[in-house]
Amino acid sequence: MVKLTIDNLPVKVKEGTTILKAAETVGIHIPTLCYLEGINEIGACRVCIVEIEGKQQLEASCNTAVEEGMVVYTNSPRVRKSRRTVVELILSQHDCLCATCVRSGNCELQTVANDLGILKQTYKREVKEADWPKSFPLVRDMAKCIKCMRCVQICDKVQDMHIWDVEGTGSRTNIDVSHNRSIKESDCTICGQCITHCPTGALRERDDTDKVLEALADPNKITVIQVAPAVRTAWAEYWHLDKKKATPGRMVAAIRKLGFDYVFDTNFSADLTIMEEGSELLARLGKRGVYKFPMFTSCCPGWVRFLKSQFPDMTGQLSTAKSPQQMFGAVAKSYFAEKIGVDPRNIFCVSVMPCTAKKHECAIPGMNDACGDPDVDISLTTRELVRLIRADHITPDELKEDQFDSPLGSGTGAAVIFGTTGGVMEAALRSAVYLATGENPSPDAFPEMRGMDGWKEATYEVAGKPLRCAVVSGLGNTRKIVEAIRRGEVEYEFVEVMACPGGCAGGGGQPIHGGKEMAESRGGYLRELDEKSELRFSHENPDVIRMYEEYFQKPLGHKSHRLLHTDHDAWEMPRSPRLANRE
Amino acid sequence: MSRLSIITPSQAQTTVESLYKDLERRIIASPPGLCPVDMAASFLKLCHAQTCGKCTPCRIGLAQLGNLLDDVLSGNADMDTLQLIEDTAQTIYDTADCAIGYEAANMVLKGVHGFRDDYIEHIQHNRCTATLNQPVPCVSQCPAHVDIPGYIALVNEGRYDDAVRLIRQDNPFVTTCAFICEHPCENRCRRNMLDDSVNIRGIKRFAADHISNDYVPALAEPTGKKVAVIGGGPGGLSAAYYLSIMGHKVTVFEQRDKLGGMLRYGIPSYRLPRERLDDEIKHILSTGIEVKTNISIGKDLPISKIQKQYDAIYIAIGAHIDKKIGIEGEDSNNVISAVEMLRAIGDGNYPDFKGKNIVVIGGGNVAMDVVRSSVRLGAEKVTCVYRRRQEDMTALEEEVEGAIAEGVVMATLKAPVRIEADENGNAVALWVKPQIISKVKGGRPSPANSKMDEERIPADLIIVSIGQGIESHEFEKAGIPVKRGNFEAMDLGGVGVSEGLFAGGDCVTGPATVIRAIAAGKVAAANIDEYLGFKHTIAHDVEIPEPKMRNQEPCGRVEMHERDPFERKCDFSCIEDGMTEEEMLQETSRCLRCDHYGYGVFKGGRLREW
Repeated sequence: MVKLTIDNLPVKVKEGTTILKAAETVGIHIPTLCYLEGINEIGACRVCIVEIEGKQQLEASCNTAVEEGMVVYTNSPRVRKSRRTVVELILSQHDCLCATCVRSGNCELQTVANDLGILKQTYKREVKEADWPKSFPLVRDMAKCIKCMRCVQICDKVQDMHIWDVEGTGSRTNIDVSHNRSIKESDCTICGQCITHCPTGALRERDDTDKVLEALADPNKITVIQVAPAVRTAWAEYWHLDKKKATPGRMVAAIRKLGFDYVFDTNFSADLTIMEEGSELLARLGKRGVYKFPMFTSCCPGWVRFLKSQFPDMTGQLSTAKSPQQMFGAVAKSYFAEKIGVDPRNIFCVSVMPCTAKKHECAIPGMNDACGDPDVDISLTTRELVRLIRADHITPDELKEDQFDSPLGSGTGAAVIFGTTGGVMEAALRSAVYLATGENPSPDAFPEMRGMDGWKEATYEVAGKPLRCAVVSGLGNTRKIVEAIRRGEVEYEFVEVMACPGGCAGGGGQPIHGGKEMAESRGGYLRELDEKSELRFSHENPDVIRMYEEYFQKPLGHKSHRLLHTDHDAWEMPRSPRLANRE
Repeated sequence: MSRLSIITPSQAQTTVESLYKDLERRIIASPPGLCPVDMAASFLKLCHAQTCGKCTPCRIGLAQLGNLLDDVLSGNADMDTLQLIEDTAQTIYDTADCAIGYEAANMVLKGVHGFRDDYIEHIQHNRCTATLNQPVPCVSQCPAHVDIPGYIALVNEGRYDDAVRLIRQDNPFVTTCAFICEHPCENRCRRNMLDDSVNIRGIKRFAADHISNDYVPALAEPTGKKVAVIGGGPGGLSAAYYLSIMGHKVTVFEQRDKLGGMLRYGIPSYRLPRERLDDEIKHILSTGIEVKTNISIGKDLPISKIQKQYDAIYIAIGAHIDKKIGIEGEDSNNVISAVEMLRAIGDGNYPDFKGKNIVVIGGGNVAMDVVRSSVRLGAEKVTCVYRRRQEDMTALEEEVEGAIAEGVVMATLKAPVRIEADENGNAVALWVKPQIISKVKGGRPSPANSKMDEERIPADLIIVSIGQGIESHEFEKAGIPVKRGNFEAMDLGGVGVSEGLFAGGDCVTGPATVIRAIAAGKVAAANIDEYLGFKHTIAHDVEIPEPKMRNQEPCGRVEMHERDPFERKCDFSCIEDGMTEEEMLQETSRCLRCDHYGYGVFKGGRLREW
């Protein structure tokens, strides 16, 4: 243990602790900007500087380790002056038009500057702009970038994708797409983790709320909205609603107030996905000689982009089942349109997803199987949904709970856990056992698939045969497992992949909390919802059963193939620059 | 009012003078990977500040040139701008009245030609081609990329064994390099920005001299693969060491009696004590390397046979053939080559030069080894004949100074013309043509014949030391491509003729430094491992101390001590003494820890494995 004093308070911490963490143990919260624990401790912004007796210079507290007898001041006159100057310098190169910024009120720079009471601009304003392709789902605004390097580090260290890099040196240092590529020609998976870890509005999703408002204003459109499982874990965070208030029912009520004709649940199509994907797995297992294993889940578009760009020769191992978002769109514009007797071309299908890559997925050229128009017209992130609710001055905590509409609004407990790592696997296993044996397993028979570990594995018996399963989340872990599979070090029949660490609950489209990881607590809520569900098996969803009877007949049938499955080779994905090295 | 006065500099002038010195040191410590156009624009700004303002091209031209460069950097330029930059610079070069103007323009012109690609990238994409791949200056300059800040911190804490373990992750020849490395790591040391580079080699020497207990590295599971290494020098043994750790069965073929290559047969023991070299080789072999000495590949054993018996081959035969000077009388008796002499010494056969007048031709490090060995062998007089000036010698400055201190005469600006022999064919003198230093060619002043008469330098023995080549003949016959006397190996050390054949070190690059041969061996090990279908990593578990109090007060650099020249010139014992502990503590505390401060903490500061 090391003893020191911080702001005259005695502190005792483990050797190797940073001054920043040591200060926190005595309730001193030194402001930071670039700091991201364990990922970006590089002392770049210099906001966390402190004065240490006997040292010539101020030191960054985020990456300076404590020493025995150190005397630290976090608010000495020198520190106060320097911290202020540092923030003023950052502000001089930052587009401070906060009123029109998506992160206003949730911007770490704004908070730090406001907290310091900086009320004037000391230095000449020098804001640099750069072009960015407007059609890309992910938007970088150079004028707001403070070069904290968090996006670079998240993409390097957690996602192992290396899309962002420092470009140029000296005063012209900038963050841009690595290897002098444009974002469109890069292998960016659009996971959005850089967005949720950006302290300012320099990174955000493409805003599609205007297109949704346009459709809502069009009397000829029947507006249908689906809400992904993970959205219900985070939609109310903006209003700080407690768990009792932040129910899916209240979320439905808020969305209905926006004016949608039908408010449906992606849980419905998650159950449908299990029917198709589970049947596909069993079918592939029956033809071991024909198919390569493992079969991979395909519901995460970030992961699909990853596999197609990093290991394109393995694309055939993806389940051909569409993601729940896309299955929902296809069903809405076929089965549902028929059912309510309208022209599917008049249906405007919106999804709310915890995800930025879903914006890409719904725009894949071939995803138009129902009527020729895109099956899903617009995919919004959870953040965009929150903005729509705020814009209509709706106060959710005053709303009465409502219910999803029928028939595409029902979902089982198996569907709701799609939003957390291991959930798709667990749901698939529950139904696979039933489909293979005719008997339900215990819904809690697969505990190894739960929890926040980045790489989980277990072998289960399905109809007397061992089924080797693995679950990974985060693309860094994903690369590790795929490489291990390729080297023959591990063998599985079925692998679930989610691009974001912890799964969709921690998705790149979710509300942002200063880089704080939320996947675990949000995922825990989904597990609770599952436990409380009356139905916990996808094959028991009565609306799904009815739809098969009335429309699809059976999983993997002719209609299913046309509407619920896709060819992952039908579109081009830019290749990873690493492929050149491998070849 | 006095008629004349002595100018005493004002405080402002004195301060500016000291700032010039700061800038000089700062340029030395310029990190690699900066934006070249930004640097050109910044240099131009400095040049413009030097302008007196009298003439148009310099006063206005350099300013406008600066504006154009800023346009390029700000993304406001097109290809016409680049043409305008070139035309304007050319005009300033052609019209400026003095060097302040025309040399400033020349710097811009050099850039426009030298890094045109980067100009174009800025113009077309508003981006730069430069990247800071390895931001720690010493690590980036070390060919083997040894974790220098890491081991300096360990030595500072007295953890010498850990320091050596850390170095061995990238370079198994710790002791050898502690004695004789050319230390490119020190060239761009950021400490130059304060005072002077850290004496990195000296710190390594301290670690190497204070290991308490050596260890055998952990070996990977045997792979069952066999690798032949041809040549037991630093490059071959480095490759063998890492391949052995990776679990491959390695056999080293050495054509001489003992291992070590140039470390034994080129470098005299007063620079690298033999017992220390033997210890180091023993450590390397402790990884289970098989050694076959006195086998000349090609002559004693055909290459094709090795190819059949081994899964991969690393050719690291070095450059051991002496080059001929090509003057009349060179084949007289008593004319020998540096290689011949140093090889004999390496095998323990010390010739007797007592009372002899020795003339050595050449100005490289090997020539210095020869003159200084000659002094130690009892020569009456040793003269080093060189075509250029002393400062043009390619030998390290400290080597040249050491030789002079030991009594060697530097006969510079003398071009050998012919060797005079007596009736028995024994050389008796070297005739030289005095030179005048002349035009700069390829960045280096070249010599030209002066009008002075030829001179005669009497000699009992003439030793030619003007460089080495490689013994490529047998390998060439086996189909290995040779270009300008060296093996042609691809970037990654592979040779394109047949599968599993790799080459590196002096035999590929031509005579270079020990650390480059070691680096080539390390690279070869990784590539051979991958070629054999593995991906072993070489890693360490040494915990590196966090940086302590920054020592930012300017402080002189500790130099190593050398034994008294009068004493040391009489024997072959080591001439250099290591630092004292007190000196080591001061010198290690001068390290600025670029692995932690600056870009190093963000990216590329430390590779824990390769």
